Amino acid sequence: MTTKINISINGFPVKIEKGKTILEAAKEEGITIPTLCYHKDLCVAGNCRVCVVEVAGQRRLSAACATPCDEGMEILTNSLKVRNSRKHIIELLLAEHNADCTKCYRNGNCELQELASEYKIMTQDFIELVPLKTYSIDMYSPSIIKDDSKCIRCQRCVRTCAELQGVNALTVAHKGNKMKITTFFEKHMRDVVCTNCGQCVNHCPTGALVEKNYIEEVWEAIANPNKHVVVQTAPAVRVGLGEELGLEPGTRVTGKMVAALKRLGFDSVLDTDFTADLTIVEEGTELLTRLKRALVDKDETVSLPMATSCSPGWIKYIEHMFPEYLDNLSTCKSPQQMFGALAKTYYAKARNIEPDKIVSVSIMPCTAKKFEAFRPEMHDSGYRDVDYVLTTRELAILIKQAGLDFDKIEPVKYDRLMGDSTGAGVIFGATGGVMEAALRTAYEIITGREVPFKNLNIEPVRGMEGVREATIKIENPVKEWAFLDGVELKCAVAHGLVNAKKVMEAIKSGKANYHFIEFMACPGGCLGGGGQPIPTNAEIRQRRAEAIYAEDRDLPIRKSHENPEVIKLYKDFLIEPLGAKSHHLLHTKYTKRNRY
Amino acid sequence: MDSIQSLIKSLANEYGRKRESLLPIMQAVVDREKFLSEYSMVEIAREIDVPAAEVFGTATFYSFIETKPTGRYIIRICKTITCAMKGKNQVLFAIQDMLKIKLGETTPDKRFSLLETNCLGWCHKAPAMLINNEIYTELTPEKIREILTNYMKKNGEN
Amino acid sequence: MTNSHQLKRVDFIFRNENDWEKVLSSTLKRKPAELINELISSELKGRGGAGFPTGLKWKLTSEEKSEEKTIICNADEGEPGTFKDREILSKVPCKVLTAMAVCGHVIGAKKGFIYLRGEYKYLEPELKKAIDEFEYYCKEIDFDFSISIFMGSGAYICGEETALLESMEGRRGEPRNKPPFPSQHGYLGKPTVVNNVETLVHAFTIFKYGAKKFYDLGVQYSRGTKLFSVSGDTPKPGIYELELGMSLQDFVYEFGDGDTKAVQVGGASGFLVPRKKFKDAAIGFKGKLTGISLPTGGSMMLFNSSRSMFNVLDNYLEFFSEESCGQCTPCRVGCQQLLLGIKAVKRGDKPAVYLDKLMRLTETMQLTAKCGLGQSVANSFSSIVENFREEMIY
Repeated sequence: MTTKINISINGFPVKIEKGKTILEAAKEEGITIPTLCYHKDLCVAGNCRVCVVEVAGQRRLSAACATPCDEGMEILTNSLKVRNSRKHIIELLLAEHNADCTKCYRNGNCELQELASEYKIMTQDFIELVPLKTYSIDMYSPSIIKDDSKCIRCQRCVRTCAELQGVNALTVAHKGNKMKITTFFEKHMRDVVCTNCGQCVNHCPTGALVEKNYIEEVWEAIANPNKHVVVQTAPAVRVGLGEELGLEPGTRVTGKMVAALKRLGFDSVLDTDFTADLTIVEEGTELLTRLKRALVDKDETVSLPMATSCSPGWIKYIEHMFPEYLDNLSTCKSPQQMFGALAKTYYAKARNIEPDKIVSVSIMPCTAKKFEAFRPEMHDSGYRDVDYVLTTRELAILIKQAGLDFDKIEPVKYDRLMGDSTGAGVIFGATGGVMEAALRTAYEIITGREVPFKNLNIEPVRGMEGVREATIKIENPVKEWAFLDGVELKCAVAHGLVNAKKVMEAIKSGKANYHFIEFMACPGGCLGGGGQPIPTNAEIRQRRAEAIYAEDRDLPIRKSHENPEVIKLYKDFLIEPLGAKSHHLLHTKYTKRNRY
Repeated sequence: MDSIQSLIKSLANEYGRKRESLLPIMQAVVDREKFLSEYSMVEIAREIDVPAAEVFGTATFYSFIETKPTGRYIIRICKTITCAMKGKNQVLFAIQDMLKIKLGETTPDKRFSLLETNCLGWCHKAPAMLINNEIYTELTPEKIREILTNYMKKNGEN
Repeated sequence: MTNSHQLKRVDFIFRNENDWEKVLSSTLKRKPAELINELISSELKGRGGAGFPTGLKWKLTSEEKSEEKTIICNADEGEPGTFKDREILSKVPCKVLTAMAVCGHVIGAKKGFIYLRGEYKYLEPELKKAIDEFEYYCKEIDFDFSISIFMGSGAYICGEETALLESMEGRRGEPRNKPPFPSQHGYLGKPTVVNNVETLVHAFTIFKYGAKKFYDLGVQYSRGTKLFSVSGDTPKPGIYELELGMSLQDFVYEFGDGDTKAVQVGGASGFLVPRKKFKDAAIGFKGKLTGISLPTGGSMMLFNSSRSMFNVLDNYLEFFSEESCGQCTPCRVGCQQLLLGIKAVKRGDKPAVYLDKLMRLTETMQLTAKCGLGQSVANSFSSIVENFREEMIY
């Protein structure tokens, strides 16, 4: 039961739920109060002051985002006093901001620019502060560029890094006129605990934090007649890309995206979902092997629970924060890197192309994938397995630059050989998806029967709860797995690194007793990745998740081990899961890093 | 375990391994080392389990927590209004002249660092300065020479 | 305002009768509600500068339900021109400690802190001794209360009570959003009273002599006495306890050097009053007397005609630019703009009318800054620029 209170907004009486802020109340009444430091994903900071409003009886203005409504409150959101103050604040921010908009990566999608345009700030009377200070641009990270001259000190990135991710790579340092957003000892992003997840990029209102883009490199590769450019697209891209091209969140654009990629000039348009399926076969086998060693061989050196290894943000996180648990990680490479290794071996051989002529590009919802592709160990094909990683946003830029009318493009299918996928591969894009896909396959391997959930939808691992648990009891297994009879397979799913931290701490303290855990660095899983369209928030993540599960529902094959191309891959090339060849190409090892 | 590590460990034991202890621990390290090094910050972060970036962010907020190496005696001369009116600049010149360093610098023998600071709360006896935690007021160039000469005579101790 | 109001020296604060033990033990025997009423009827207002009624603050905190509560003595005296709290803590610390303990009794706190600015570290050893003695006595009379010193480290903004709380919690001293106020959500989320050093000493006086004795001093809305830190161009710089409500004219008559051009009342965050307005200005909380009433944390800085008001303002603005916590836009960028702006006008890089734009900016800062620091920069800026415009330009 919620109590309603009476307030008035701009002279109109309204009833609103008690406890709502002025900002929320106004929103319900169809009035948007401008904000900058406010983000639905984050705690309220109340520091940009753009959202100030007038409250009758108060001499000063109140920050709408941080002020709860009281009974009888009379609020003015657009009085002259409010407008003048707000304009001043925008002008102040512009004076502190490198407003060289035409040269900015976020030109056209910048909250400050939008506000300046809305309030028609046509002159700059205040003294520009940027030339008076020394700013450096940190571009040493393969994933993220940090340009302090564009920073408006809203601290969204700092709160993101702390609250959503529990990483705390970014902090506020110094005070007053020297106050800035930086890292430990103002080091480069690549030299601190940054996981490259890119959530800061996704939450930055301006161009202060952007992904390192590889757009020109990809155009060059496409234009080079001596190169064969293959592109893979991650599952979450197909449910996010549309937003960058004017479509509603949650629009599925798989076929249109494939068609667009072909028109951009990629030689072969393939699917990361294919290697997602392959991951399931390898990782599922790895899990079962670990279980067998633990339960039958009583091997005490086997590391359980086993943790997934698809999310490169999560990998870098555990390397920094819980290096003592690296053995618990599945040794499987991520689908992107499996794809890369196969592109320059299996694919090259099958297509009879010299591997050094292949340029392997991937489209990812993720900035950490850029770092992952640059890892020195990711050269198992004899070349760099993945050459360039573009985010969903960068792909949209490519499409716009090529002048493609996305509306008019007819959907087509992926190319063959590493283009086939199943519903299980698609749901990798959502939190809980890897778990669900793994269970669909593992359960069937063990029992010979389909996983006992209606329509194969393993509902307990779906959803947006930060940490979710599921227990699956194994009954009547096939002979080979008889030792698992009656075993309750305990699984957990965590997304957002702050939730990963909770699970890892529970494991560390001995409170958690899982067999298998899916970790995703980003809230909502890859569909909420740091490389996805801006804005991303809980509501948008929900819409993308629905699209992912719809994609799964509509695919004819929904179990990874039934992917015909995966079956063929084993038959023609890999021979068997966890075999010598897959060990060489599809598995990896991890690096201990410093926590502080 | 080196001396910094054991210092920080004992401080954490004394103040408790919690966020509220961060400032007292940093202050105690600064008291002894005169500044908070990158290494000290990492050790504090580890000891009380606070992200290193937050230790840095918190440390740099406070003017009296130096994060760059300083001399054994940190001279902080007040630059706020009354001291400025009452001859702070002459005092500053006298110090610079005597120590042959400028504001923000440390003498080559690592004995003195010279900094400005905001109001020290001795406006009625301006100009004022701190040397470490000692206060000196109603300064004149003559007085400065006397005070600094005494410090120069000090050997080893604080 | 007539000129008949004489400057009245009073001697409550530093008069040390060494009777704090007696005051403490007798006051602790009284009921919290009774003590709150005593404070409320004294009309004591916070002496840090903001002037919130002390009795009400204690009352609100006492009404909160919580196992743990805290009383914090704010000794982060950083306002330029203020140095009274240092004197109180070095001369009569036990009066402060006694009032803290009484507050503990009233609100239900067993723990007190003194947040002592880093610049006053030399006070720590003596203060610790006083606390030891005090705690020993508390034990003797079986009163469960302890006090710790929490050292600041050079940050003016930590005098703002929520910034102070952040600092004590091991964070950057950035003011919090209000509401909630410390009385509900203070140190570590628990109900907390934060009182200025001098406020607590006055509370001691009130508990010792009764509210009436305090109330009878001063004028309407500004009851009691106040410690003034007098500095600048004056033959008698120092600390003086005076009744509130005095006219600035009388003050200058007493403390001026015969050539007083202006007085800065309330430090850099207060107002500058030019000679022509001395007779209209009274020292006290808004409320009001005739003419201008000027609240102050006690800082009284006198400037004679040899002083350039441009230099004075420049000094203040540099202070604020550095000491702003930097989190909110109007204060962080505003202070820098004001500082650069007046320099640009002085140099001739900006026209004189740019001062008007800056005046409007200070209005915005006053309306929109998150805390008192950013809000009060307007006070000195507008009072200096309005009254000494020509000095800003030529």
